[in-house]
Amino acid sequence: MSETILSIKDLKVNYGGIEAVKGISFDVEEGSIVTLIGANGAGKSSTLRTIAGLVKPASGKIIFRGDDITNCDTNVIVRKGITLVPEGRRIFPDLTVQENLRVGAYLRNDDIFADFQWVYDLFPRLKERTWQPGGTLSGGEQQMLAVARALMSRPKLIMMDEPSLGLAPLVVRGIFDIIREINAQGVTVLLIEQNANMALKVADYAYVLETGRIGLSGTGKELLTNDDVRKAYLGS
Amino acid sequence: MSFLQNSLPYILAGISVGGQYALIAIGYTMVYGILRLINFAHGDVFMAAGMFMVFLSASLPLGAAIPLVLLLTVLLGFLIERAAYKPLRSAPRMSVMISAIGVSYLIQNCALYFTGGLAKVYPQLPWLSDTVTIFGAVTKRVTLVTPILTILLVVGLSLFIRYTKVGIAMRAVSKDFETARLMGIKVNSVISATFIIGSLLAAVGSLLYFTNYASVTPTSGGMPGLKCFVAAVFGGIGSIPGAVIGAFIIGIAENIIKGLGWTTFSVVFTFALLIIILLVKPTGLFGEKATDKV
Repeated sequence: MSETILSIKDLKVNYGGIEAVKGISFDVEEGSIVTLIGANGAGKSSTLRTIAGLVKPASGKIIFRGDDITNCDTNVIVRKGITLVPEGRRIFPDLTVQENLRVGAYLRNDDIFADFQWVYDLFPRLKERTWQPGGTLSGGEQQMLAVARALMSRPKLIMMDEPSLGLAPLVVRGIFDIIREINAQGVTVLLIEQNANMALKVADYAYVLETGRIGLSGTGKELLTNDDVRKAYLGS
Repeated sequence: MSFLQNSLPYILAGISVGGQYALIAIGYTMVYGILRLINFAHGDVFMAAGMFMVFLSASLPLGAAIPLVLLLTVLLGFLIERAAYKPLRSAPRMSVMISAIGVSYLIQNCALYFTGGLAKVYPQLPWLSDTVTIFGAVTKRVTLVTPILTILLVVGLSLFIRYTKVGIAMRAVSKDFETARLMGIKVNSVISATFIIGSLLAAVGSLLYFTNYASVTPTSGGMPGLKCFVAAVFGGIGSIPGAVIGAFIIGIAENIIKGLGWTTFSVVFTFALLIIILLVKPTGLFGEKATDKV
């Protein structure tokens, strides 16, 4: 049994006057892939944004590797080893691929040359496009860049907000292969997805979020065969 | 030869004034680029730099006064941002703009208080104020120094923004605050850095500009500030090369018009240019087109 890297305790988040997250608790084991699935507005994004420090929680605790990071600023949280690949990719369109990656390593003061090699090995397509502005890449390439940019901070935990959104099925499969590959190299992954089928297949453990609360939880396999989950999220 | 002798001083003066405008215009364009804010107080920061020089040079040698002027101006720009713009970060853009107008009048009236409304004699800067003769045209040395210094500073700034970590962070922040934060960038520090650079350049511009004039008044920043704003819009606000080229075009055109004997119309020209560019090409010469791919 490995250690808990991230622990969320009774987290409540208000967003635009409504309680988007109504007291959820869950753990992420080090080295695992954990997914939160749920419909639009279930509070998935709010949860990740709160962990990343973009939104301050109303109450609750976020513990990362034994440290309470509940009210830390984002730059402190990134320094501790958590990174978020935001929804909609949000690469910097005017910056070249290489500059996007350099921004990803913004807080690093050590040599990042090896990390360029690492992400270019993971995404050979990006290497071909090193000098291109990020905005000229295709949607799938932009998603690769967003993931590669996040990896440049050498995270211990990478959070991904809907990485498959708006991508062709073949590209989505590629993204999920990469998620497995990154995880195999020792990075813990916390994934949120509307594409529950793909997410549950890749996940070691999964939580179902329903209007700000955690409903079911279980291993990816268990939820894939659970009748309620099948009806609500897998459309069969 | 007489044509050259007659027109050269105006062209030289145009290039020189253009360089001074460029140093101010960069402050407008950089702040707009990062905050989408037209910093109406920028012209007054430029005037304040002139006032600092007047007061400091009265009691200190120039070698000490000039660095202090640069430092105080930078501090002023930094404090304005912290006190008047930062608290309004999530407010509508119009509120920040109105705050900027407020700061502009605040600085002007503070200057009015300290000067008692009298024009203050600007110190003669040795070497810069000396007259030189080139191709038979007599001019002050500052006329020749300005464009060279401007180009050096602009090249330095461009390299800084292109290659350094902070420069890349500036470009990232100017596109997307939130994602920049996710990279671990302290957005407020980057914004402060932008104001510091803008104020520093305005202070250098002020040293060069006022050397050509006898005095500074509390409203001395108004007209140059507006003209530099026009230069930034003409070049495409948000673009540094655009602001520099816009400033040189306005500086040279104004002085050519003066040379032709239509001095009264030189300011008319600048603002007519503003109207025309807004009608014909609202994004300016080098303005960014909104082609964000989602």
